[in-house]
Amino acid sequence: MPNALSKTLRISTSPHVVRGLGTEVIMRNVVYAMIPVAAFAVYAFGLNALVVLAISVLSCVITEHYLCRWSNKESTVSDWSAVITGLLLGLTLPPSFPLWMAFAGGVIAIALGKFTFGGLGYNVFNPALVGRAVLQAAFPVAMTTWSPAFIEGRFSHVSSSLFTLPFMSPTVDGITGATPLAALKFEQVSTGTTDLALGLISGSTGETCGVLIILGGLYLIIRKMMNWRIPVAILGTVYILSGLFHLINPVVYPTPMFMLFSGGLMLGAMFMATDMVGSPITNLGVLIYGVVIGVLVVVIRLWGGLPEGVMFAILIGNALSNHIDHLIRPKAYGTA
Amino acid sequence: MSATTSTDEFIKGLWRENPVFVQVLGMCPVLAVSNTAENALAMGLATAFVLIMSNLLVSALRSFIPKQVRIACYILIIATFVTITDYAIQAISVELHKSLGAFISLIVVNCLILSRAEAFASKNTLGKSLMDALGMGAGFLFALFCLGAVREILGNGTLFGLALFPDNFESWIVMILPAGGFFTLAAWLLIFNAINERRGTS
Repeated sequence: MPNALSKTLRISTSPHVVRGLGTEVIMRNVVYAMIPVAAFAVYAFGLNALVVLAISVLSCVITEHYLCRWSNKESTVSDWSAVITGLLLGLTLPPSFPLWMAFAGGVIAIALGKFTFGGLGYNVFNPALVGRAVLQAAFPVAMTTWSPAFIEGRFSHVSSSLFTLPFMSPTVDGITGATPLAALKFEQVSTGTTDLALGLISGSTGETCGVLIILGGLYLIIRKMMNWRIPVAILGTVYILSGLFHLINPVVYPTPMFMLFSGGLMLGAMFMATDMVGSPITNLGVLIYGVVIGVLVVVIRLWGGLPEGVMFAILIGNALSNHIDHLIRPKAYGTA
Repeated sequence: MSATTSTDEFIKGLWRENPVFVQVLGMCPVLAVSNTAENALAMGLATAFVLIMSNLLVSALRSFIPKQVRIACYILIIATFVTITDYAIQAISVELHKSLGAFISLIVVNCLILSRAEAFASKNTLGKSLMDALGMGAGFLFALFCLGAVREILGNGTLFGLALFPDNFESWIVMILPAGGFFTLAAWLLIFNAINERRGTS
């Protein structure tokens, strides 16, 4: 870390102590970086996406507030981390997802994913992904009922499935569309890369527009609030590995660009895998972590039973990150 | 004097040293066959029966069993009663026998039963051992039922096969999967510890 070294060796008059970036500042900037993605989700899916996002953010914030109070701690709502969890969770849900399920997901994300481990800074797994994983396992049908993007009247009309009574199953409106990954896996239909990158497809609210997600990530990287090695390692691994398979057999395996811009890979690589608590702390560790996630994504997508594997890949990466740090710890000179 | 102590032995197993919520013993059947209240109840009853009978026999034979081969003797006694239970369940309901599967035979290696034989029945009188087994058996049954009821209600919308909700109930499929067993067990442990802690401090 030459950067840190030059900082410590800087010769100047007092004051010498430099204030680092606080949690609250970083978290607030992550929210800024996600606003364009969320805005595009609302543009593409209309009021449905707006309501789902609002409810998942609300449920995370409320849960955080009450659990803090319950454990006699100062409420940590003001550090924006619960807002991020809520936004990320909302962005991984289908646009016409029943609101009670979204609310339950937010409660599970914060309570199970964050507070049982001890709150912010101690969560082993990305809380938003914990929430989504439980929702995926509990309500597999609702989680894979995708309504298409850019339908008529999306700003004046709200899908009826949103207002399903708690504990009841949603009624399907009739208009559903397969995601590009599901279409590829179950119907062998590929989608054009331009449509994918610009987000003109059906899918979860936030997993559609790759370009905006990259811009948000670039903003955080330029402001040094995110380790660029994580997304680069993940996306690079996926690109190279799927490129190799595409070269071997272009009929069976999709193009690497399709792999990069489809599903939740962009969102996961930029905003979820980069969670500071769940990723390794050294630069080498972070690269290993990214490569592991990238390989898992390709393996699950190409040979797994599910069309999408980003969520499980990142969760497994989170679980391994501590061990990665431990394995690459340098030995002190002179010890065995 | 002896009456109060045997009630103590019973209460101990049911609450203070509950085999599942406090000792966390015999987790394999607790997690595996608690997906419905019926399975949980049947498993709890079967285990309680084996526990009571083996505790009685071990306690009765405690001065005859040589120390060096005691574990083998306990296993032999337990296995006898497990075989009886296995055939009894098969006779009562083949369907139930199917849904409990290998876990009936696995009662043999349930560490709860072995630990009661080793830690209690081999050192105590017949009456005390009976009360101990009754308490532990009831505690195990109670815990299994707690898990099974929650998992069946959330995972299926029913309790003992009776529908509790209107037709379009959305079942939490995860609750009848193995993961749901872990979630439910953790939630019950949390509640149990919270109650005990509050009692201890007040």
